[in-house]
Amino acid sequence: MDNNLKEQILRSSGVNVLKCMRCGKCSGTCPSYDEMEYHPHQFVYMVEKGDIQKLMESESIYKCLTCFACVERCPRNVEPAKVVEAVRLAAIRQQGNNHLTPVQIPGMLDEDLPQQAIVTAFRKYTK
Amino acid sequence: MQVNDNNFEPVIVAFCCNWCSYAGADLSGTNRLNYPTNVKIIRVPCSCRVNPMFILRAFQRGADGVIICGCHPGDCHYTSGNYYARRRITLLYSMLDFLGIERDRTRLEWVSAAEGAKFAATMESFTEQVKALGPNRRLEDLRCRKQ
Amino acid sequence: MQRIGVFVCHCGTNIAATVDVKAVAEALGHEPGVVISQDYQYMCSESGQNLVKDAIKEHNLSGIVICSCSPRMHENTFRKAAAAAGLNPYLVEIANIREQCSWIHRDIATATEKAIILGKAAVAKVHLNTPLTSMESPVVKRALVIGGGIAGIQTALDIAEAGFDVDIVEKEATIGGKMAQIDKTFPTLDCAACILTPKMVEASQNEKIHIYAFSEVEAVKGFVGNFTVKIKRKARYVDEVKCTGCGACIEKCPMKKVPNEFNMGLDNRHAVYIPFAQAVPKIATIDPNYCMMLKNGKCGLCSKVCAAGAIDYKQQDSFIEEKYGAIVVATGFNPIKLDKYDEFSYNTCPDVVTSLELERLMNAAGPNGGTLLRPSDKSHPHTIVFVQCVGSRCSDEKGKPYCSKICCMYTAKHAMLIRDKYPDTEVYVFYIDVRTPGKNFDEFYRRAVEQYNVHYIKGMVGKVTPKSDGKIDVQASDLLSNEQLHIDADMVVLAAAIEPDKTARPLATMLTTQMDTNDFFTEAHPKLRPVESATAGIFLSGACQGPKDIPETVAQGSAAAAKAIGLLCKNSITCNPCVAHSDELMCNGCSSCEKVRPYGAITYSDKEFRMPDRTIAVRRVASVNPAVCQGCGACTVACPSGAMDLSGFSNSQIMAEVDAICK
Repeated sequence: MDNNLKEQILRSSGVNVLKCMRCGKCSGTCPSYDEMEYHPHQFVYMVEKGDIQKLMESESIYKCLTCFACVERCPRNVEPAKVVEAVRLAAIRQQGNNHLTPVQIPGMLDEDLPQQAIVTAFRKYTK
Repeated sequence: MQVNDNNFEPVIVAFCCNWCSYAGADLSGTNRLNYPTNVKIIRVPCSCRVNPMFILRAFQRGADGVIICGCHPGDCHYTSGNYYARRRITLLYSMLDFLGIERDRTRLEWVSAAEGAKFAATMESFTEQVKALGPNRRLEDLRCRKQ
Repeated sequence: MQRIGVFVCHCGTNIAATVDVKAVAEALGHEPGVVISQDYQYMCSESGQNLVKDAIKEHNLSGIVICSCSPRMHENTFRKAAAAAGLNPYLVEIANIREQCSWIHRDIATATEKAIILGKAAVAKVHLNTPLTSMESPVVKRALVIGGGIAGIQTALDIAEAGFDVDIVEKEATIGGKMAQIDKTFPTLDCAACILTPKMVEASQNEKIHIYAFSEVEAVKGFVGNFTVKIKRKARYVDEVKCTGCGACIEKCPMKKVPNEFNMGLDNRHAVYIPFAQAVPKIATIDPNYCMMLKNGKCGLCSKVCAAGAIDYKQQDSFIEEKYGAIVVATGFNPIKLDKYDEFSYNTCPDVVTSLELERLMNAAGPNGGTLLRPSDKSHPHTIVFVQCVGSRCSDEKGKPYCSKICCMYTAKHAMLIRDKYPDTEVYVFYIDVRTPGKNFDEFYRRAVEQYNVHYIKGMVGKVTPKSDGKIDVQASDLLSNEQLHIDADMVVLAAAIEPDKTARPLATMLTTQMDTNDFFTEAHPKLRPVESATAGIFLSGACQGPKDIPETVAQGSAAAAKAIGLLCKNSITCNPCVAHSDELMCNGCSSCEKVRPYGAITYSDKEFRMPDRTIAVRRVASVNPAVCQGCGACTVACPSGAMDLSGFSNSQIMAEVDAICK
């Protein structure tokens, strides 16, 4: 089961987790590090181990801002944020069809929504 | 050669580069590692010396399989010869496909001077592979056949 | 008609036990052209060789086939025997019936059958063998060393020691290279200048060594033993012969705001300068980008104060041409540019420095006279953060894919030196792995941790942010305690990756040597020929071949010298005669062979050919330099017209072997 889940996450993220050299720069650069139970480098490592259920159950997948700082700075182009995103998608898909389509977003925009969240939402849903 | 599919003994030509694979073949001899007598080795300075013409010539003259052995990528005595060999064999494959010759009759294998066991195992498996394919009938020129 | 002799060896029972040698000799005796076919107990023994020699003379043989052990074992033995009997050694062929027949097969019938086929293939080949003579090519007894860092100096000293003339070409105004900029060396912590400058002086005083400083290699022609090199002597605007290095011009020069490259731009020099006090040669150089006299003809102070009259504003680049037998490349390395690593704020914050800049900041001859001060406000730093692997071990687009090798050790050295001199300073080192393979290296690193209490933290710095109070916020992860740290640092030191010097690639093109994708020179064999390039006569010394520390560089410098000396000792070099040659009548000058030649042995020239109608036609044809060609045969396959062939392994010979095996 977990192996299937791992396959799914690797495929939907397009990330080769084996490229990671465990330097921790992603976590060193992460702005919401203190909010997260599992940190970007742990996402990469735990997905590699197939230890995904814990990640899906944790709040961390919603704490990632998708700011892509880790993607930008990873020395080996591992792209941890895409792994986080893939785990988040896997969790959402398991819950049912409660995800957004891009056309829905403009109508749901709130005046008070921070700019970054809007940008993040577009990043998330236009992939 | 008597063509009898039950105990068909293929003729296999092996081109071995002087620096790695020929030495690897010697090593399998030194270690008394058995491989089929079907394999006859021709020494060439480098795997890049193997002209695809030689391979076609072998098939024309009735060889059932041709294997080219060179140094591992990056270990070539002449630095880059084995890469040329690899490209040429890749091109030859597509030509063999076009001609309808089974591409499994040729193989390119990297064998270092220290890999006597790999050499023997490779020859063993290649001979089995060629045996399974049966005699080379498509490309052999029957006029060349020895009476 | 060929007269071929076949000699089948029993090798005791090594061959005779599984191969019926009599039957082999008998069968091969019926092959066309074979006039004598014998078997003998030990063909390689004295009496066996005599048997061969006698048969050559008695039967006037034109070629011999020895059915015995591997040619890798005794081919030379039998070639010598043939030569002794007056037969060209390249008319000998070996059929390998021991390693590739008797030793691997058990069944006598099939083994004998295979031995006969192998023998037939050798007979078929020897029919087409041609006598080959090894060419001799003279060796110019002079070596060129390109690069005057510690690698080049060591190589030049060793070659000169052996009694050969050697020239050093150095692009900077002084030799010494990177080592001259380094403060202390690991793991002994001795002063780099104290061990380097005596060597520089030794090189300048050695009669056999000529130093062309402020010069560059412009063009290289020729081949092993006989290179012709054009050297560009860049204009210094100072007469090298007259200048005494007194420094009077420098004192008077009004142009004082030129970034000092030797101190990594951390202080200024004058427009006329000597890079550092112990420079060799100690000659002033005028920087034309800053000199007011050269830029707009107003000043000329230096010329007025120069007692020796050495200043020459009209000096031009000059060129010299010299012949060399061997060339040693010692072009060294540079730290990479850090422009693309915004997260470390290197370009925006003066207190974020590279390790080489830190060397200068700590050096007694550096900008602060050896006191470690922050470049921004010259205050004493209390917290210093070292960041490892900046640009090393990256994916290709992010930096260099390799480990720069020296950073772990020099960072331990820096940390230790700082803690030793300023015990009130806290030093943090962020590392991914600490790599310390080398004698006394790990002990050195452990000393930094255990004795000097340097804080090693496993994790990487993610972001460096200069703050308004002059401090620097370093945001990093600590992987072992799984937390994110913020350190208020006074200075940040980046261990920048090292890369080959920019001049290396054009040089490699001139020398027709190979480079890897990172622009490091490729050695002829990664394990067994580490200081030779694949091109004969070109040797590699120091970090131009890969990241190296000083002891390794010196060791490789000496090794390259030994290889160069080995070449220079010879009056002439004997070339392998099994090389490619082109049939000029068939060659159409298409240049296909040039694209695959690994050694640059193929050149093209226009030649005149007499046509059947008595006219003269000029055609471009390939020719192979047998002194350079190593005989790989790549060009023979690339040649579309079949003009290119390989002596000793010709197309027809290999085809004949194929035919013999297949029939």
